[in-house]
Amino acid sequence: MLVSVPVSISEAQSPQPRWNAASECVCGKVEVEDLSLFYGTFQALRNVSISIPECAVLALIGPSGCGKSSFLRCINRLNDLIPGARTTGRVLLDGKNVYDPDVDAFLLRKRVGMVFQQPNPFPKSIFENVAYGPRIHGVKNKSELADIVERSLRRAALWDEVKDDVYKPALALSGGQQQRLCIARALAVEPEILLMDEPCSALDPISTGRIEELICSLKEDYTIVIVTHNMQQASRISDYTGFFLMGELIEFGESAQIFTRPKDKRTEDYVTGRFG
Amino acid sequence: MASTPTTNTQGIVFKNLSRYEKRSRVKDIVASIVVHTSGIAAIVVLFFIFVFLAKDALPTFTKVGILKFLIGTSWQPEFEKFGILPLLVGSLFVTFGALVVAVPIGIACAVYIAEVSPPSFRSLLKVIVELLAGIPSVVFGFIGLMILAPLVQKVFELPTGLTALTGAVTLAFMSMPTIISVSEDAITAVPKSYSDGSLALGATKWETIRHVVIPSAKSGIVAACLLGMGRAIGETMAVLMVTGNASILPKGLVGLPNFFLGPVRTMTATIASDMGETVQGSTHYNALFAIGLTLFAISFAVNMAADLILRRGGLGKE
Ligand SMILES: Nc1ncnc2c1ncn2[C@@H]1O[C@H](COP(=O)(O)OP(=O)(O)O)[C@@H](O)[C@H]1O
Ligand SMILES: [Mg+2]
Repeated sequence: MLVSVPVSISEAQSPQPRWNAASECVCGKVEVEDLSLFYGTFQALRNVSISIPECAVLALIGPSGCGKSSFLRCINRLNDLIPGARTTGRVLLDGKNVYDPDVDAFLLRKRVGMVFQQPNPFPKSIFENVAYGPRIHGVKNKSELADIVERSLRRAALWDEVKDDVYKPALALSGGQQQRLCIARALAVEPEILLMDEPCSALDPISTGRIEELICSLKEDYTIVIVTHNMQQASRISDYTGFFLMGELIEFGESAQIFTRPKDKRTEDYVTGRFG
Repeated sequence: MASTPTTNTQGIVFKNLSRYEKRSRVKDIVASIVVHTSGIAAIVVLFFIFVFLAKDALPTFTKVGILKFLIGTSWQPEFEKFGILPLLVGSLFVTFGALVVAVPIGIACAVYIAEVSPPSFRSLLKVIVELLAGIPSVVFGFIGLMILAPLVQKVFELPTGLTALTGAVTLAFMSMPTIISVSEDAITAVPKSYSDGSLALGATKWETIRHVVIPSAKSGIVAACLLGMGRAIGETMAVLMVTGNASILPKGLVGLPNFFLGPVRTMTATIASDMGETVQGSTHYNALFAIGLTLFAISFAVNMAADLILRRGGLGKE
């Protein structure tokens, strides 16, 4: 079904400095162990344990409010910034607990990129949007920045559409282009993991298709966790699927199994649309 | 079926409307007349203010001459010298001096309130800032006179503490609440998704504020500063009380520090202090109106600039 992806030379010069610690470890890129999350007294996640395999796509499904976004924000510690949010349990990235006191949350977020539900480019030019992350992390050289911007836009399959004028305002792009720009912006800081929170829910079917193609090509280099409400999308693009319900991970397994032979009755009801 | 069209046309004719529907149409017409009239009345009143100002101001330009009025270096009504350059320079120095103090502090306060302060403290701070904005200017003048002027005199060892600097700082405190509360609104209005996007890239809170939040709120912050400037340039009472009221020009560039630490006179203060002692219809009387007209033109220009910047910012956000 998928049309071949318009990524050109980018594979060859892919910027990823691969992190090889995983080879010492039989487990996944990210190991979540017994993770609970509280917003004040409200418990949003209950003892979630999940293993996220490297260079694969993990889809998270479940009804609204079941804690999927909260779970993603635990992995890059974006929940740290919410007053009253508290976690217990461990999130191991290449074997290191990201909640250890000696972990720098800003460097963690550089390694764990995130794409949001609503495309949220900054009100700056396309170039400035992509160059923002590298700049923050200390890249000053103009030509180096230009290189990173071009490489990231190519990797996000947006370069051909914007190369004529990368200095035009990002907000002048269409919704689908804005979302690919946000992906390029995330790729520009060379993350290893990409968290995507319903990245297509604000987009039309054609833009959605392009993002899906993009995700399939990105999984060669990145570990991707994507939240989606679209069952077809989840089964099309993901290798593994986790089903959340009321803050609990009900079932986790290979997507083919989850969508054809779910073990849990609640999973079956949800994926067949009989839920609720 | 041929009769159906006639009944349908009858259905949308005014006289066939129910009582309730007719009343609603009439109310609609009355409301639109009221709104139009009030709008036009406001414009007409403004126009007449301008006309009366201009009527008494224009003779100045024939009696004194427009150039002699605008760039004449001496304001000495008793010797028939009506050059407002010292007053213009006085106003500009006091105003810009005030902005130099008020803008950075004001923006910093706005950032603190909008982005840093704990939420429970935030609402208290906002109320306080709004209260400060409502304090009458005489009160600021009084504080400037009693506290700031002696301080300035002591620190710089001056013969008098009533100086341009004292005026500028007093005005800075007056315009700060406006600057803080308008910029705070602009900063709060920046979508949270922008800062989330920045933080998710590994930026710190300060980097996010500096490079994403403040630039996104730029047009609102500029408008806040222009509003603060409008308040400062048009202010009379406080300035009259604390600047010493001497129409003096700086002696070249080297004379600027001394000028700033000496008494000055602003346009508004001149109108307020001279108006009581002029004869209606005299050149002096006309010249005071011409100063008013000049102020009118300046504040009109400042407001236009604010409007343009806001509108351009608004378009950029679409
Ligand atoms: N910042 C927050 N403060 C308090 N409760 C929150 C916050 N964010 C989310 N929640 C609650 O946590 C639960 C899970 O939310 P979320 O992770 O956004 O679900 P999902 O993404 O699956 O729709 C919901 O009940 C929501 O109301
Ligand atoms: Mg969500």
